[in-house]
Amino acid sequence: MKQKERVHLNGGEMLFRVAAALSFLLCIATLGAMAADLVVSGGGRIGWQFLTGVSSRLPDRAGVLPALAGTVWVTGVAMIVALPLGVGAAVYLEELCRRGRLSRILEIFISNLAGVPAILFGMVGLQIFVRWCGLGRTVIAGALTMALVVLPLIILVSREAIRAVPRDIREASLALGASKMQTIWYQVIPAALPGILTGAILGVCRIIGEAAPLLALGALTYLTKTPTGLNSPFTTLPIQIFNWISRPQIGFHRNAAAAIIVLLFLLFLLNVTAIIIRARSQSSR
Amino acid sequence: MGRVFHGARERLGVVALACCAWLSVGVTAAIAIALFQETILFFGQVSYLQFFLDTEWTPLFWDKHYGIWPLVCGTVITTTISLAVAIPAGTIIALFLAEWAPRVVRMMVKPLLEILSGIPTIVFGYFAVSVVTPVLRAFFPSIPGFNALSAGIVMGIMMLPLVATLVEDALTVVPQSYREASYALGAGRFTTMIRVTLPAAAGGVTAAAILALSRALGETMIVTIAAGQQPRLSLNPLQAVETLTAFIAQVVMGDTPYGSIEHQAIFVVGSLLFLGTLTLNVASIWIRERFAMDR
Repeated sequence: MKQKERVHLNGGEMLFRVAAALSFLLCIATLGAMAADLVVSGGGRIGWQFLTGVSSRLPDRAGVLPALAGTVWVTGVAMIVALPLGVGAAVYLEELCRRGRLSRILEIFISNLAGVPAILFGMVGLQIFVRWCGLGRTVIAGALTMALVVLPLIILVSREAIRAVPRDIREASLALGASKMQTIWYQVIPAALPGILTGAILGVCRIIGEAAPLLALGALTYLTKTPTGLNSPFTTLPIQIFNWISRPQIGFHRNAAAAIIVLLFLLFLLNVTAIIIRARSQSSR
Repeated sequence: MGRVFHGARERLGVVALACCAWLSVGVTAAIAIALFQETILFFGQVSYLQFFLDTEWTPLFWDKHYGIWPLVCGTVITTTISLAVAIPAGTIIALFLAEWAPRVVRMMVKPLLEILSGIPTIVFGYFAVSVVTPVLRAFFPSIPGFNALSAGIVMGIMMLPLVATLVEDALTVVPQSYREASYALGAGRFTTMIRVTLPAAAGGVTAAAILALSRALGETMIVTIAAGQQPRLSLNPLQAVETLTAFIAQVVMGDTPYGSIEHQAIFVVGSLLFLGTLTLNVASIWIRERFAMDR
């Protein structure tokens, strides 16, 4: 009986270990194959010409400058809009709102927004910003749409950052005669700043990588100029990548791979920055 | 903590902050209005019967059909394949990380999942056509360049970190006393994990599966790049299909005039997606709370 039991246990355990190993293998193989393919296809295209070139009918002359510039414009403006609104909402929910039915409903709405597919935000942006507000397919319309996309994420991360601030800080401030708002402005937010910044960086990463909303909005794919203002037409790196993937010539596929390498490198830099911020804030505590 | 406000300016500040929070309600309402308004216009010209009973979807062709089922089939195939990849693999990885692996292995593996979760979906789309489809060709020589299997598999890999993280959270919330009771009764580590901890976390695992489903429904880039643009009323994964999201992408990228019925069709599809993901998200919240461990 005992022998049988042990064999049965080992069988299941073996199966589990194999399954776990296979699952990890899937992840590692995916990352490895992705990296290898990108380097082989696109590595050769990376260079000064690629980074500063504009759209061209010839794949070897095309570059990502308009896309990079568009990405910076859209991301910057979107964060300028989304960060104050998101942190404001987080402050309200964590500090000023009485716990109860109301806060629960707000939380559900925010959580639902987080789950809305990205392309729907693009369609809504098309209707509201491009059509009803008459902004056209410009940087400002794209930025406002992306601000909507990233808002739930900012709220979520900011709430966690604010929640992590120790209670004593708030109570000491109030005990010294400060008002609630003064406490929030002079104590809570500065204390939560590293967390909020990390959330902002996560938001930037999200915006930089999203293609679907701006696709629906009508970001152009053939631009020879970088955006000059909020009313300029624009394109972004993911849109450019998508456009190049869709072309039949293999030269454009190489461009797509190279542009993906640029995109991933940007994300890598951002993540390293976030890690550094987190590490420094923890060491100073 | 007392509500201490110094003067009218601060009260105004509270109102401003409240508006920020209520913006989420406003945005949701705006989404609903934007989508439903065009949907109503669409159904002014196309009957409900045609929408739900016709078996072809050809709004951009000369002979127009508006049956929604081919698009639904496309979404169903890709979503099912992706869940078949993500849920088992994600759950097993979560079990391994939460219950089995020594701390050192955990610390080496978690960054792997984080990297995978940070890769934009467009990169996964590129991966599907440049690596996965050629590999699948080795097993299915007649598979077309665009097919549902490739897109589904890659979508599954994309969602794997999400499932793994959510299931891991659900497993860590299970009280340690459960495991200790199981050990005390003589069960081994594996038996405890499979027959005590995992069932105890069933609510969280189900919520994770529902969220993954919701995510898969709304995924656009991978299916647009890899799955094709041929709406088909079949569940064969070795063919090109078109999903609900890919149809939207196809129309917005083309030059369909605004206000035309073809353009309104994307809002109908969008409304479906909106209602679907909304229902699933609310369901997952409800399940997580209903089966919460700390009641």
